[in-house]
Amino acid sequence: MPRPASGSGLPGWVFVPAAAGALFVVLPLVAMATRVDWSQFVTLVTSDSSRAALGLSLRTSLATTVLCVVLGVPMAMVLARTSFRGQGVLRSLVLLPLVLPPVVGGIALLYTFGRHGLLGHSLDVLGVQIAFSTTAVVMAQTFVALPFLVLSLEGSLRTAGSRYEQVASTLGARPTTVLRRVTLPLVLPGLVSGAVLSFARALGEFGATLTFAGSLEGVTRTLPLEIYLQRESDADAAVALSLVLVIVAVVVIGLARVRRGGLA
Amino acid sequence: MSLEVSATVRERDVDISFTVGDGETVAILGPNGAGKSTVLSVVAGLLRPDVGRVVLDGRVLVDVGRSRSSTWIAPHAREVALLAQEPLLFPHLTAAGNVAFGPRSRGQGRRAATAVAERWLGEVDATELAGRRPSALSGGQAQRVAVARALAGDPRLLLLDEPMAALDVAVAPALRQMLRRVLAERAAIIVTHDLLDALLLASRVVVVESGRVVEVGTTRDVLARPRSAFAARIAGLNLVSGLVAGRGVRTPAGLVVEGMADVPVHDGDPAVAMFRPSSVAVYREPPVGSPRNVLAVTVTELEPHGDQVRVRSEHLTADVTVQAVADLALVPGDEVVFVVKASEVAVYPT
Repeated sequence: MPRPASGSGLPGWVFVPAAAGALFVVLPLVAMATRVDWSQFVTLVTSDSSRAALGLSLRTSLATTVLCVVLGVPMAMVLARTSFRGQGVLRSLVLLPLVLPPVVGGIALLYTFGRHGLLGHSLDVLGVQIAFSTTAVVMAQTFVALPFLVLSLEGSLRTAGSRYEQVASTLGARPTTVLRRVTLPLVLPGLVSGAVLSFARALGEFGATLTFAGSLEGVTRTLPLEIYLQRESDADAAVALSLVLVIVAVVVIGLARVRRGGLA
Repeated sequence: MSLEVSATVRERDVDISFTVGDGETVAILGPNGAGKSTVLSVVAGLLRPDVGRVVLDGRVLVDVGRSRSSTWIAPHAREVALLAQEPLLFPHLTAAGNVAFGPRSRGQGRRAATAVAERWLGEVDATELAGRRPSALSGGQAQRVAVARALAGDPRLLLLDEPMAALDVAVAPALRQMLRRVLAERAAIIVTHDLLDALLLASRVVVVESGRVVEVGTTRDVLARPRSAFAARIAGLNLVSGLVAGRGVRTPAGLVVEGMADVPVHDGDPAVAMFRPSSVAVYREPPVGSPRNVLAVTVTELEPHGDQVRVRSEHLTADVTVQAVADLALVPGDEVVFVVKASEVAVYPT
């Protein structure tokens, strides 16, 4: 039962645009679900190309999440706990991929790690080719997903404040011990939600991946790319795979909620 | 000499120096914003002074701004523990886990640290709280665990930043008694604006106003004969010391002052009876049939005190109205009696 408007303290009219917004998000998903050809569903989503795309998407998104944690946790700490000249500019640059069109990110990566890119040429000499490989998929996904983790964790760190860390240091804990035994446990909910956001963003990544990694089946063709490709030839398969992606996303968000609920 | 501190923090207009003797507890008294907590932060290593020197047991912890070379020991290597106004127990650890944190951080094994935690939880009467999370502790319980945590690492110096300020008045006396017990024979600095903390926990007082030390002395001297404005405002209390007798305090001269005790007291324990000058009434003759304390004194001085008159005798003072002074025709040298209700007298073991 929805609570009466008078009980929530909100003006009644607020509920109208709020409901409209919720409907705007949910209705297209329902519309898509109604177009699924259920008799063919299992066949469509278990085809070789579908399974390859789904497997690749999950593997690369998982690798991306690990990479985001490894790189993003230290970044968030430096941004939250230090102050230096140009920090504001640095933060803006780090968060740039949030607002940048992914395809632009893909082009930027290509001109860095591509065969004729800034670093790519040197890597090529060493025999390392990144562009159009699974590694490139992970890099493209990390490029767009990293800011989500940094932003979420920096907020948690600022909210937690540094007083517990100060107490820990006066109790004789070295900086690394403080980080491991106090800071990280305190911001764990923020870290988990940041990692989930990164995973979800990586799972949906399309533009940067296509530009930087291309669309080779089993190597760089992740689920969003497969869906886009199938849409041209087999609309039913595209809809079925889209539903799979929706289900995976819902499961991820649901797991994160359970985890956070369990911690609270 | 156990601790020697001098610190200048220009941004906060603080320039303070003082010393703490071996095993001595020093109280830093002063109004809010006087720079008391700033000094603790410098000693703990959480704030770098512009100019400063801190030496603990012969080891230089801080030496900055005085010559080209500077010394700055990180907080974790100082063996200086800090107890703040809020307990700040780590929310993800149990009470025992919190207390074991210090020993663990200093390299003790899990089993040894657990043993230390059990011992210190026992010291603060919190053994039964060992398995609880901080969210399941009351304010007083949490602060007791925080005391145990601060001491479990066996620091050379304990800093207490208004440890009773955030507590209910009902639980503060018990914590104060516990602190008295654990601070004995231990070097400590307690920042407070509560007279009782200074009186019961500290042997010496450093009074700080506007970032400068304005008065230093033994607690009894500063409270009995305050020379700074702040000490005079919070002190100016009447103190009668002696031994507990019944519900009151018997002075060596045999005078008994009846009062009320917040904490259990036992006959023969050293104690002090405290009451405000404003709760004292002045009479020429002892009132008949009154259950109140009657103290015969000789007036030594009369001085204006706000819109009242402060009547001073050798040891005690009374604040009375101008009308009362006029009615009694008081002049220095007069023999009068100070009368105070037992309910206005607080008795504390010392």
